[in-house]
Amino acid sequence: MSESAVTTKNAIEVRNLQFYYGSFHALKSVNLDIVEGKVTAFIGPSGCGKSTLLRTLNRMYSLYPGQRAEGTIGFYGQNILDPKQDLNLLRARIGMLFQKPTPFPMSIYDNIAFGVKLYEKLSRAEMDERVQWALSKAALWTEVKDKLKQSGLSLSGGQQQRLCIARSVAVKPSVLLLDEPTASLDPISTGKIEELVHELKKDYTIAIVTHNMQQAARCSDFTAYMYLGELMEYGATEQIFFKPKRTETEDYITGRFG
Amino acid sequence: MEFNQALYNSRRRKNAAIMGFSMVASLIGLSILLWILYVLFSNGFYAIDWALFSEDTPAPGTPGGGLRNAIVGSALMVGSAVLISTPIGILAGIYLAEFGDASKVASVTRFVNEVMLSAPSVVLGLFVFAVVVMNMGHFSGYAGMVALSLIAIPVVIKTTENMMRMIPGSLREAAFALGAPHWKVALTVVLRGARAGVITGVMLALARISGETAPLLFTALNNQFFTLDMNGPMANLPVWIYHMAMSPFDNWNELAWGGALLITLTVLAINITARILFRERVKV
Repeated sequence: MSESAVTTKNAIEVRNLQFYYGSFHALKSVNLDIVEGKVTAFIGPSGCGKSTLLRTLNRMYSLYPGQRAEGTIGFYGQNILDPKQDLNLLRARIGMLFQKPTPFPMSIYDNIAFGVKLYEKLSRAEMDERVQWALSKAALWTEVKDKLKQSGLSLSGGQQQRLCIARSVAVKPSVLLLDEPTASLDPISTGKIEELVHELKKDYTIAIVTHNMQQAARCSDFTAYMYLGELMEYGATEQIFFKPKRTETEDYITGRFG
Repeated sequence: MEFNQALYNSRRRKNAAIMGFSMVASLIGLSILLWILYVLFSNGFYAIDWALFSEDTPAPGTPGGGLRNAIVGSALMVGSAVLISTPIGILAGIYLAEFGDASKVASVTRFVNEVMLSAPSVVLGLFVFAVVVMNMGHFSGYAGMVALSLIAIPVVIKTTENMMRMIPGSLREAAFALGAPHWKVALTVVLRGARAGVITGVMLALARISGETAPLLFTALNNQFFTLDMNGPMANLPVWIYHMAMSPFDNWNELAWGGALLITLTVLAINITARILFRERVKV
């Protein structure tokens, strides 16, 4: 798939990214584009740095002293590694989903409303609409529409994860970062979430970290293969899986290790 | 698999022995508690009647009487101490939980708090005497309230911090990931999740200070009369119990038992309520 055939715009451009946990050099000179409106998967063996890379994209690492990044990460042209970057505003525009579902200890309605209330002033009716819209987007509306007042914790694992998706989507970010979103779910829920990713791709740019290569092959348009903190290969998913350029990539894909 | 019968048997014996010792130890602990309750009940039960709550402490030698002034005095001082220590303790606990790892101030605060937790209450009482009573020129319910607060605050801080730290980091990150500012994450997500534990901590602090005697000795002193004015010496249960138990008068001794039973029942009720109201309602 040649890039000149389709006009692609990069939502995020990572240039020469170095990342350190204390003195440990975890990410080495990573260069990568996250294309707008597409799904980019990060794959690689455990400890290769894919989650680390994902967490630099919304500066989640800034919560922890001792973790730092160097280089530039351009988000629609703006370098988010700039110390003057407003982190809260950034995270409202780049949302994140975690491996373990994390519903807040509140009602389903309040879970969704929480993020929206941070930056938007909506009337009761508008908020109701937004909640319904978000839950529909996450394919959860029909299941919970009669129990919006119930605690988010009363849902099953797969439903909780979809609630978290609804919550992330409700604030209308530009990019969604998914950190192994189906790792703790059963196959049926996993399938539902993968379908969702396919739907969401129409409106959002998505980056997904996954341990599951079949998932990467099924869901993504672009794939980045990481190993020991380095970006080994990056390209269109079809090309990575059928005609990898590097032997390291091929070894991982074919299961020779990792 | 090579199965060594002798080894297996010896392991089973050891297991039974240790289980046996543990059970005996728990039974000893439990029976002592039950013994205390039994003695309290058998001595104090008949003192609990309407007169206990409606009449004030009798003058030495006069029959009858009750503990109304002491009950009201204790309630006022304990209640106001809880009102002071709860917000201070919870806010400090939140600070320690959210910023405790990065800040030097936080580690010092935590250390000082640990020391305060184990400080003898009589020492705290003397401190309040020197600082509050001497400056006011007289004993007062306010001084008593201050002394009790100094005992309650470290308890609330510690439980609040521990309860909030139990909230998994992933929940915090999820809130941050939506763009929430730190204070909002702490108050709306973390504190809310830790709410049950935090309130239990407050109730435990309340139960603890209900029975403290030493800090009240030099601060509220005591009072034979009924008063709602906290700006002077105030009657309170623990000091009255001490006073009455040591006396030669029968009705005083009976009232002392009644007061002791009353405090015990209150503390028990608070603990049981805390457990019932805030039991784990985990839906799997």
